[in-house]
Amino acid sequence: MTKDIVQVRNLRKSFKDTKVLQGVNFEIRQGEIFTLLGQNGAGKTTVIQILSTLLKADSGRVIISGYDVNNQPGKVRASISLTGQFAAVDDMLTGRENLELIAKLRADVSPKQTANGLLKRFGLEEAANRLVSTYSGGMKRRLDISMSLIGKPTVIFLDEPTTGLDPEARLEVWKTIKELANNGTTILLTTQYLEEAEHLANKIAILHTGKIIANGTLDDLKKLIPPVKKEYVEKQPTLEEIFFAITGKKETN
Amino acid sequence: MNPLRETFILLGRSMRHILRSPDTIITVTIMPIAFMLLFVYVFGGAIHTGTSNYVNYLLPGILLISVASGVSYTAFRLFIDMQKGIIARFNSMPINRSAVLWSHVLTSIVSNSISLVVIIGVALIMGFRSSASILAWIAVIGMLLLFMLALTWLAIIPGLKAKSIDGASAFSYPLILLPFISSAFVPTNTMPTAVRVFAENQPVTTIVNSIRSLLEAGSAGNDIWIALAWCIGITIVAYFFAIRIYRRAA
Ligand SMILES: Nc1ncnc2c1ncn2[C@@H]1O[C@H](COP(=O)(O)OP(=O)(O)OP(=O)(O)O)[C@@H](O)[C@H]1O
Ligand SMILES: [Mg+2]
Repeated sequence: MTKDIVQVRNLRKSFKDTKVLQGVNFEIRQGEIFTLLGQNGAGKTTVIQILSTLLKADSGRVIISGYDVNNQPGKVRASISLTGQFAAVDDMLTGRENLELIAKLRADVSPKQTANGLLKRFGLEEAANRLVSTYSGGMKRRLDISMSLIGKPTVIFLDEPTTGLDPEARLEVWKTIKELANNGTTILLTTQYLEEAEHLANKIAILHTGKIIANGTLDDLKKLIPPVKKEYVEKQPTLEEIFFAITGKKETN
Repeated sequence: MNPLRETFILLGRSMRHILRSPDTIITVTIMPIAFMLLFVYVFGGAIHTGTSNYVNYLLPGILLISVASGVSYTAFRLFIDMQKGIIARFNSMPINRSAVLWSHVLTSIVSNSISLVVIIGVALIMGFRSSASILAWIAVIGMLLLFMLALTWLAIIPGLKAKSIDGASAFSYPLILLPFISSAFVPTNTMPTAVRVFAENQPVTTIVNSIRSLLEAGSAGNDIWIALAWCIGITIVAYFFAIRIYRRAA
């Protein structure tokens, strides 16, 4: 039986005068790839930061793996892992050392083996003993994601994991994400790329003007496109068309 | 979670940074040594301190300058960790949050201590001598460690709050200047009244005086209590603000 492993209820957050989140609701089931889609400044990173206990919401409730982020942040941290919008890797260490560092901090019993396994899996073996400052953007991203897998978190947050990657590196990251989900890991991922959401996600939620304005499978979302338009479109509507149809409609409300 | 274990893992990480960019230790060590050479061999002849061995007179102030410039690297390293999202990564992990800050503090203590040992070695070559007892030396070491702790916690604040790398380390410039307006290089009684009042009432003078008399006479008199009060006071206030900022930022 699948259950909601992440529950977000009526989340609100403002920075001074900027109302960023104005009542965000969604839930994610175990093993699902859930994509939060939104334009620049929509509040995707803010949601991720609140869910990963780095930022406090003004109001609302977030439950992850049965624990409230406000009351039991320690328990939440034990079951999550964050890959932030900008690769948080240590430039002054080698790739291997970065992995071993996280493994030791997570009290992994065999940090060396864990690091070796991940280096292999992410194609970083050759560069393993080089300082990360010499890595390309794609390699840093892969290292960043591999660091997030240590300790077998049940929920992984990926904030724009493919931004700035070349098409090949993006495909690799996609493959990794799918593998993780196949192994039962729950994934919350944010993106500005409609195509990425279309490709990866079981569920897509569109964050716009501080709220989730649409939430469902790709098929669900396709139904939201105005029928008049559908008649004139020969091919299947793309998420892009859906996105602009919905966001355009909401803005004129 | 084991905060002590986590602190040491993270200490190992920052010490690796230091070993890989030795310039951080070299700068912190070379500058005070250059001051020492300059003051002893260039200005020294013209300075009358009432003691025959000017290196002995100078050394305590030189050590404090070294610490003051050393802590700017603590601010720098913390700033980089904040900016790169490394602190955020650690803070989203099931580890003790204070371990992250304490590892930076311990790194500062260890690297500053290395610099001090090198500087004392150079001072010995230049003629520094002390007849102080083990006990007096322990008091000197304790005083220096407390001074490091105080300035390190002070450095944590710009490390957490600075908007730019320059901003993160600029705070230490006034700290490096303080020893120059103190009894570190010349006795305060030759200074104009306004400067003298400042010099005699700022922490560096009492810390310098107490270290100096511990090394020369083996005891420090009243100065040491005032020096201790300064160091502990600065540590407590800086710690309080640093933790508050850290909680808010994290
Ligand atoms: N610490 C902060 N202080 C003030 N404003 C902030 C802060 N963090 C975010 N904001 C504002 O909140 C809004 C949402 O930011 P957020 O980073 O969550 O957006 P995003 O969807 O992740 O955007 P992007 O696609 O550019 O990453 C923006 O207008 C941003 O300027
Ligand atoms: Mg963002």
